[in-house]
Amino acid sequence: MAEPLIFEISRPGRCAATLPALDVPTTDLPAGLVREDLLLPEVGELDLVRHFTHLSQMNHGIDTGFYPLGSCTMKYNPRINEEMARLPGFAHLHPYQDEETVQGALCLMVYLQEFLKEIGGFAGVSLQPAAGAHGEFTGVLIMRAYHLDRGDVQRNVILVPDSAHGTNPATTTMSGLRVIEIPSDERGNVDLEALKAACQEHSDNLAGMMLTNPNTLGLFDEHVEEITRLVHEHGGLMYGDGANMNALLGVARPGDLGFDVLHYNLHKTFSTPHGGGGPGSGPVGVSEQLVEFLPAPLVAVDAERSDDEIEFYTLVTPAKTIGRIKSFYGHFGVMVRAYTYIRMLGAGGLRKAAEHAVLNANYIMSRVKDTYRVPQDRVCMHEFVCEGQFADAPGVHALDIAKRLMDYGFHPPTNYFPLIVHEALMIEPTETESKETLDAFAEALLRIAEEAHTDPDLLHEAPHNAPLRRLDEVRAAKELILRWEP
Amino acid sequence: MPYIPHSDGDRSAMLAAIGARSIEDLFTDVPERARFPELDLPPALSEMEARWELEALADANLSAAGGPCFLGAGAYHHFVPAVVDSFLRRGEFFTAYTPYQPEVSQGTLQAIFEYQTMICTLTGMEVSNASHYDGATATAEAVVTAINVNRLKRRKVVISPFVHPEYRAVVRTYTQGMGLTIVGDDDPHAGLPDLVDMVDESTACVIVQTPNFLGQIEDLQGLADAIHERGKRALLIVAADPISLGLLKPPGAFGADVVVGDGQGMGGGLNYGGPYLGFFATRMKHVRKMAGRLVGQTVDAEGERGFVLTLSTREQHIRRERATSNICTNQGLMVLAATIYMSALGRCGMRQVAELCYHKAHYAADRIDELAGYSVLRDKPFFKEFVVRCPRPVDEVNDYLLDEWGIIGGYDLARDYPHLENHMLLCVTEMNPREEIDALVEALDAVPSEEE
Repeated sequence: MAEPLIFEISRPGRCAATLPALDVPTTDLPAGLVREDLLLPEVGELDLVRHFTHLSQMNHGIDTGFYPLGSCTMKYNPRINEEMARLPGFAHLHPYQDEETVQGALCLMVYLQEFLKEIGGFAGVSLQPAAGAHGEFTGVLIMRAYHLDRGDVQRNVILVPDSAHGTNPATTTMSGLRVIEIPSDERGNVDLEALKAACQEHSDNLAGMMLTNPNTLGLFDEHVEEITRLVHEHGGLMYGDGANMNALLGVARPGDLGFDVLHYNLHKTFSTPHGGGGPGSGPVGVSEQLVEFLPAPLVAVDAERSDDEIEFYTLVTPAKTIGRIKSFYGHFGVMVRAYTYIRMLGAGGLRKAAEHAVLNANYIMSRVKDTYRVPQDRVCMHEFVCEGQFADAPGVHALDIAKRLMDYGFHPPTNYFPLIVHEALMIEPTETESKETLDAFAEALLRIAEEAHTDPDLLHEAPHNAPLRRLDEVRAAKELILRWEP
Repeated sequence: MPYIPHSDGDRSAMLAAIGARSIEDLFTDVPERARFPELDLPPALSEMEARWELEALADANLSAAGGPCFLGAGAYHHFVPAVVDSFLRRGEFFTAYTPYQPEVSQGTLQAIFEYQTMICTLTGMEVSNASHYDGATATAEAVVTAINVNRLKRRKVVISPFVHPEYRAVVRTYTQGMGLTIVGDDDPHAGLPDLVDMVDESTACVIVQTPNFLGQIEDLQGLADAIHERGKRALLIVAADPISLGLLKPPGAFGADVVVGDGQGMGGGLNYGGPYLGFFATRMKHVRKMAGRLVGQTVDAEGERGFVLTLSTREQHIRRERATSNICTNQGLMVLAATIYMSALGRCGMRQVAELCYHKAHYAADRIDELAGYSVLRDKPFFKEFVVRCPRPVDEVNDYLLDEWGIIGGYDLARDYPHLENHMLLCVTEMNPREEIDALVEALDAVPSEEE
């Protein structure tokens, strides 16, 4: 049931948009600079609407079904957030308007900065980064700038656990720093002895460490305070990857645990939509000593233009800023959604969100762990990782289980990550799912485990009921057809 | 509690299954002294109260859609057909994530494949990725691509002073750990021939923008050849306004190696600066060095055509510290907006929007040029933006336009170019009917000669 490409339904002369007639005299077009043709599709409005409606029907979203994609926090995206972001007073603001005409927007940004500072336990927050990886990049550049400012020009080593998201090492390289990988121990924590040895070996060059906590196994590192102390002792700074912050809302503040920098993912923790792969938003929080390195601009109260009744908000540049990390001020439209979410939940609601995210993950784990091996049998946080392979049915792989889940109407978990777990399935249910959904998912996993033994080809050939059968990814990489050609 | 469906019964049954007495028991790994802090946040609101608060904040702003707006400078007020937002509101699109599982993500994947095709057509290039955060970060990633294409051996970057100041700033922020030498924009008068003179065999790339930050169409004829002649493997990176490409010859036709830009004007609103859309297109020979996600065509087990993310061996989740970029989440929904926008306007509509911008901007420029005290910079052809020398500082002119006429005026070029004091960058699009342009002309003519 493939849908034709929009180019294939194009017919000369059709157009789905109407534009006003020209109401001014014409001017000669610039000689030699005008293009001859532009081969974009020509479709009528109804054909266009049907095309994109059909495409939408081939997508699984949170709205269509359970989406336990580990590390991505696919929680419900509240409709009120969408409405608020589309208010004309937000949606139609030009970023270079005079500050006097955008006081409401700047006020929202100041308060969002304050909320995030309070939630994470930090002294300063920049809302500018566009996504999690962008926040990481911002944070690591801040760490680098801090050391350079102190004359510690040789500090170029970042420690990264072997369980880390791929963005951590990639970010380190982009920042001009060097990655040293630290192994995990049997309980899924950072291996303390290995960390001590690395800290000692690289003591003079240590810029810091990037740590996700809870880590990508879904486990809260039992030695987190010892880790942050060790890194600080050797002159390094602690970076927190906030991808898993949904477990910590009102539960623990990374700043209190010794983290110096952390990025938040508004599109994970704070309910803003993932958009089919963005736009996200990755604000960065920092401790006191790093505030002056934050990217420019920040939003602040302008004391001179404020009085007892009305605060005036303005854009400011921190003294030793790393510079500007993107155009304008960040993903403002995403900020409006996150602000709305935080205002509706309050402190109590945020804590409840984290608690129920953890409850839901532990519940699914309790239902499946006798069948799917969980390498670290501990209480998990908001997600857990199990093995998607059975010793007595080795021909079935995590990928087969993932694809078979589609036939049961579920989006597969993250698979083959983290790299340190064999045939990993990483399951993150989030707090917004009901017990019935979790039960149905657990039962599907258990049935699939039976099928793996009784009818393995059913899994090898899955999915059977998705819009398409299994796709040939090897062929795509070999043939490299990256655009349509007539 | 909003968005949490659990009943008391659910909670007890679930805790029993887990073998825990209370939810608090699940958090004993968290150091006790830091566990369950009292967060100092304002009290929770109901949906109705939240709406009131947000509406009050929105009402404290002046919507650029509420009156005439002639502000551009990298963020543009273009028309967005209703069909665009109707699909951005579809849960199947906006509540999905990166299409890692292609069998249940064909909608997103096919839309990106269509987008990649349209961006190639628009820019005259061979391959487009699935987006960057905005035009500025796409430009910075293009510089990183140029460094990688040259196997990290070339560290000099030449950039025109008329590339958007924020793009230039972001290039510097992105590359601060790479030991680059960035030249060109220290001379505010450097034209394209001056930039070519700076190219040598240590140069990784040259970056120009067209229309440039002053709205002028740069003459790209011969530029790529001159750069390749002097700099061998040096790349020509061109930042372009996609709306202008409805009318103008694409940078690909002039031999550009990478074309980037901001697609905000194609179906994205102003949104106070974001989220926008960075596009990035290049030659197939650089495909393995480029950043960002790529969608490719393949078949399923029954031979049906389908689409998947491909060449992910360049990317962070596979290649880790050797990845071409750390980018992961990009601008998926903005890509969808741009794809629907380009589909809706299509071959004729894109040209029509571009021509409306062009003719209206020239009409405005001609009329303003006739005013006493004003003159329009005319040393190069322009598209929808142009530079006006004003009789008074731009912020004073703008205050008058807004306070007395309700008009959002232009961008003050003295912010970035000291030699352009009293120079305003005005933007005219299809959204400005003749009456608004005439009102602007009348208002400018009425600007009092000094503070009164």
